[in-house]
Amino acid sequence: MSKLDILKASLVGLSLCVATTATAEPVKVGMITTLSGGGSGLGIDVRDGFMLAVKQAGNKDLTVVIEDDARKPGLAVQIADKMIQSEKVDILTGIIWSNLAMAVVPGAVAQGKFYISPNAGPSQLAGKGCHPNYFNASFQNDNLPEGMGAYANKIGIKNSFIMAPNYPAGKDVLNGYKRFYKGKLAAEVYTKLGQTDYAAEIAQIRASGADSIFVFLPGGMGISFMKQYAQSGVNIPVTGPAFSFDQGILKAVGPSAVGVKNTSHWAKDLDFPANKPFVTSFEAEYGRLPSLYAVQGFDTANLILSAMSKASVKDMDAFRTALKAADFASPRGKLKFGNNQHLIQTIYVREVIKEGDIYTNKTEGIALENHQDAYAAQCKM
Amino acid sequence: MTSALFIEQLLNGLQFGVMLFLMAAGLTLVFGVMGLINLAHGALYMVGAFACATVANFTGSFWLGLAASIVAAATAGAIVELVVIRRLYKRDHLDQVLATFALILIFSEGTRWVFGSFPLYLNVPDLLSGPVMLPGGIQYSLYRLAIIVIGGLVALGLYFLIAKTRLGIRIRAGESDREMIAALGVDIRLLYTIVFALGAALAGFAGALVGAIQSVQVGMGEPVLILAFVVIVIGGIGSIKGALVGAILVGIVDTMGRFLLPMFFQLFMENAQANSVGSALASMSIYILMALVLIFKPKGLFPAHG
Repeated sequence: MSKLDILKASLVGLSLCVATTATAEPVKVGMITTLSGGGSGLGIDVRDGFMLAVKQAGNKDLTVVIEDDARKPGLAVQIADKMIQSEKVDILTGIIWSNLAMAVVPGAVAQGKFYISPNAGPSQLAGKGCHPNYFNASFQNDNLPEGMGAYANKIGIKNSFIMAPNYPAGKDVLNGYKRFYKGKLAAEVYTKLGQTDYAAEIAQIRASGADSIFVFLPGGMGISFMKQYAQSGVNIPVTGPAFSFDQGILKAVGPSAVGVKNTSHWAKDLDFPANKPFVTSFEAEYGRLPSLYAVQGFDTANLILSAMSKASVKDMDAFRTALKAADFASPRGKLKFGNNQHLIQTIYVREVIKEGDIYTNKTEGIALENHQDAYAAQCKM
Repeated sequence: MTSALFIEQLLNGLQFGVMLFLMAAGLTLVFGVMGLINLAHGALYMVGAFACATVANFTGSFWLGLAASIVAAATAGAIVELVVIRRLYKRDHLDQVLATFALILIFSEGTRWVFGSFPLYLNVPDLLSGPVMLPGGIQYSLYRLAIIVIGGLVALGLYFLIAKTRLGIRIRAGESDREMIAALGVDIRLLYTIVFALGAALAGFAGALVGAIQSVQVGMGEPVLILAFVVIVIGGIGSIKGALVGAILVGIVDTMGRFLLPMFFQLFMENAQANSVGSALASMSIYILMALVLIFKPKGLFPAHG
């Protein structure tokens, strides 16, 4: 028996060994997310949603290490390397921003780690760059704006002013809107990522003669824009994907956002069995209402937990199949993955309302039912 | 493009410039008088905004919040000067950068610890809310107009303070020869604390004014800090006049760049491409301006020391 044969035999033995202890295999998850600086509210919601699910499951085989990327791509790559090489994590997750995801995900999945996105769905990773180890439990960036585009046709919008920050997700979002929206464009404006003053853009909106504005400005950018827009005296209706009108920022925007129509894959009042318990338990645990980011974190954790109960993470094929089944009840209903391992999900229209003292969203209707992203066909899986 | 749009954009540039001036004035004073690079200036801006939001939410009065922002930032500035900065005057710039960078981290984490990571609510006071009609049919936000006026008043006030008062004479003397003024019996340590607190108060005031139309959150000061450094490099380090001119120049170039460059590229490019190239170039415009000024006037437009 040559040395190679011995090696082969022992490998086979080892894998048998692993197979028999499938469900008790410990899983280590590395979470890289934005916990400081601008946009930290998003990362904190993802983390809190994730940890709520972990706490509720009480599964001792799951350990989570969390690190802050401060929204810096370079730092995120460093943390990912450290987590893969010295922490030896099995699964990576947590990244909020598409530019960071593009810096980390391709390398991580190529090194044989699973990556499950709790936010950020850049088009590159949904189409040609799809990968068997990459799952997206949130949305593809184009999804929500596609819903808004479809809804804009329905309510008779004919001349839209569209605006987003100049980074991968910004472009995806405007492309998504344009894919479904059939009217004219008054203008298409890209702003600097992290910009805080929108006076110049608001002046352009005023002069544009548009009948509606479609904005994608996540986090603090949306707060600044909405407050300044309310002060400007321009009263063209604002629409957008839910990111600029979600729970985390509505408190800071205040009355300026009331009445804004936005599209989302989740709302607090959706009638699914797992939704109400999630909302109440999140509120009880953290003393605030959950945002869509919190839902995505919660679902990511439950997705991992559901796969852990079926397969060992060391057996990548079985674990992948188990992930793909997404066998758990989400606050968004039953989740279903498409061929590119992105979700096929319903996009809802919501309206910002004031409920008692709290600003929140109320579901208005459905924009697109069981919607799949536009890049799935380009993915060879 | 209508002339109303053009004038509105000019006003926007002016308002942005005035905001930058409030930040840059403190920074340039501290640098000019004490020779200190203060990276923590942005943190004081954040302190002002958080103080204003907290007091305004608690009392319901934006004006009390504004007063609180000045007091809080000046107090924070004075404490920082007494505890940390005082030890740095004799050290070289690298030590100052390190220590004040540490202050940024301490202030950011401290603020997060007290207020949490979610942005605070602070809105424009009712008195200044909504738009106003200017001659020529231009509709403009009253609050932004008020910022321009307030900024102008602060600039005037600073001019009188520096040019006409005893404190101003001492500040100018401290700029030109700090050993001599100490030898003449002026308490230079007290003077430094006052100048630092004054700079901090201006930053805090700017933070509160801007907080009402932007988002009051941890880390809001750092992007403005970078711009403020650009302003004082363009204007000439240590010069209040330079800070004013530099700030307005930067404000107008940045705003007009964002507005005109995409339009310019649309003349000979396809729309989407023109927008993307134009906005990319627009975000570089002030740095290009700075490079140009440094080529022709290496010490800035109005250098304090000739």
